Amino acid sequence: MSILVDEDTRVVVQGITGGEGKFHTEQMIEYGTNVVAGTSPGKGGQEVSGVPVYDTVDEAVEEEDADASVVFVPPAFAADAIFEALDTDLDLVVAITEGIPTQDMAKVNKRLSEVDTRLQGPNCPGIITPGEAKLGILPGNIFSEGNVGLVSRSGTLTYQVVDSLTERGIGQTTAIGIGGDPIIGTSFIDALEEFENDPETDVIAMCGEIGGEDEEEAAAYIAEHMDTPVVGFIAGRTAPPGKRMGHAGAIVSGSGTGTAESKINALNDAGVPVGDTPEEVAEHVEDLL
Amino acid sequence: MRLHEFQAKDVFAEADIPTPPSALATTVDEVVEQAERIGYPVAVKAQVHVGGRGKAGGIKLAEDEEEARDAAESILGMDLKGYQVDKVLVEGAVDFKNELYVGVTMDRGEGKPVAMVSTQGGVNIEEVAEENPDAIAREHIDPAFGMHPYQARKVVYDAGVPKELARGVSSVLTTLYDIWEDSDASDAEINPLMVTTDDEIIAADAVLNIDEDALFRHPEFAEYETEAAENDLEAKANEYGFDYVRLDGNVGIIGNGAGLVMTTLDLVDYYGGKPANFLDIGGGAKAERVTNALDMVFSDENVDSVVFNIFGGITRGDEVAKGINTALEQFDEIPKPVVVRLAGTNAVEGREILNDELVTVEETLEGAVQRAVEYAEDEQ
Repeated sequence: MSILVDEDTRVVVQGITGGEGKFHTEQMIEYGTNVVAGTSPGKGGQEVSGVPVYDTVDEAVEEEDADASVVFVPPAFAADAIFEALDTDLDLVVAITEGIPTQDMAKVNKRLSEVDTRLQGPNCPGIITPGEAKLGILPGNIFSEGNVGLVSRSGTLTYQVVDSLTERGIGQTTAIGIGGDPIIGTSFIDALEEFENDPETDVIAMCGEIGGEDEEEAAAYIAEHMDTPVVGFIAGRTAPPGKRMGHAGAIVSGSGTGTAESKINALNDAGVPVGDTPEEVAEHVEDLL
Repeated sequence: MRLHEFQAKDVFAEADIPTPPSALATTVDEVVEQAERIGYPVAVKAQVHVGGRGKAGGIKLAEDEEEARDAAESILGMDLKGYQVDKVLVEGAVDFKNELYVGVTMDRGEGKPVAMVSTQGGVNIEEVAEENPDAIAREHIDPAFGMHPYQARKVVYDAGVPKELARGVSSVLTTLYDIWEDSDASDAEINPLMVTTDDEIIAADAVLNIDEDALFRHPEFAEYETEAAENDLEAKANEYGFDYVRLDGNVGIIGNGAGLVMTTLDLVDYYGGKPANFLDIGGGAKAERVTNALDMVFSDENVDSVVFNIFGGITRGDEVAKGINTALEQFDEIPKPVVVRLAGTNAVEGREILNDELVTVEETLEGAVQRAVEYAEDEQ
């Protein structure tokens, strides 16, 4: 079992003829993902690694009966690509692109409220159901099949925690990188809800970071709505206020909210143990299984 | 990216938001010259990228030439919260009866722009927001439609702005929203928006922060970018295209991915060390980028040891190893000890080619961080 994607998911790669799009299409296929089409305006009719390319997402979805897309389109054109994907009846759109202007994402966010499609990202590593499918850039070899769900704002931190889990023989149902930008599609709460409803997920690891109040909101949701145990981790305890640390979201305001302390306290209050190190996260998960 | 006040005021003035007469000056004589031209009284205001300049002594009023000279002498060259002041804005002082606050920013929680107005302007608005949030009226804006005039009026009325001023303040707010949208700003603020004794409305300060991700469609701001760097190291980081933040410790940190780099910082702290910096080489870095990253960190004289933490996904361990070798082979003696931890894509290949006479290789993240902290202590 898994959430959101599995071996039957039929995937369109938007921007398949670009360097990143092509490379990761091959990686996804090698992992077993059912990549059925690619898009690149003006390049319809070509093939990339055996995958047919279409000019529009609409055409790709219609011809190949796709139900999910992965966006590898450069930042200047990425919002447009997401709008295009949202204009079809896809179930899931995963936006990998980093550096999309925030005002573009505010407009995407508005459109998102009008459609049934789930957006994941942008600026995220993607989603993987080990042994079945991966949509995005996650290194497949570190994941293993199992019963722990993982949701994270950071890509490489996801890898670090998964590595610690796999090392202990703990596999994963699905791992979701929701991305570190100020405005994102799928939130912690969305992912937690999916995991809560997945009978195969026995424990969830949730990796957050400084900035925003998403973790605080997630903590309130956990306390109120969840039975599946959650283990937390918050990156950026040592970050000074007012400085942007890479992720647009990873900035601490001068006031109390958005700090590591406020997030850790909120999680602890919701009964969520928070690891001081990625190793400790794995230990807590092991204890709860 | 934060614009200077005078740069933001240029943008505001171009959009027809009234601003006081002003001129930039870099010497005491220039300050006096401009003050004479504008006419006393004037305000002399430090042009640095920080808020709270007034409290920190960066803004002074001058009634005559002697006071202008004193103000210029005390402000020019001063250190304001870590920034060296090398230019000031000389500005006609306004006779005012009210000070308001107007601002537009992105509410990330809502994923929507928000327009804000308060009659408690002229003070630190963050403090007002914390202590008396009701003193700031807010209106969320649909980014697809922009701000409707009724929304501007609504937030102005909600804030309790006197009726006779409502029209003028609404108009400034509408223009401010347009500036915010057109320039891809993250924040656009006027604090204070002054109401003069003649009921004129004038922007006495101007804040405009631009979304760095949107600079590609704003060549007009490109020249401000390098200038916005806080110090030589951050200017260098801009040139190399790194996300870099200097901190006050002595363990240099290089990694890939913001979350993992922050985690590495936290672990250095956890094991009793102090991080010297945050440096994210980003995704898919090639050898040259890795060499540049080491150059960056060695350029910081506070650094006593360096820890490299790479978890390859899109980034390849062998490329990273090549970059580390290239960077270190140019030295007769390595400036500071370097600890490397490689995991993920091509990590095995990377560890094979890594020149381990030049670096210490550690298998685990925890091990690497502990070793780097020990080295930093030994160097002290």
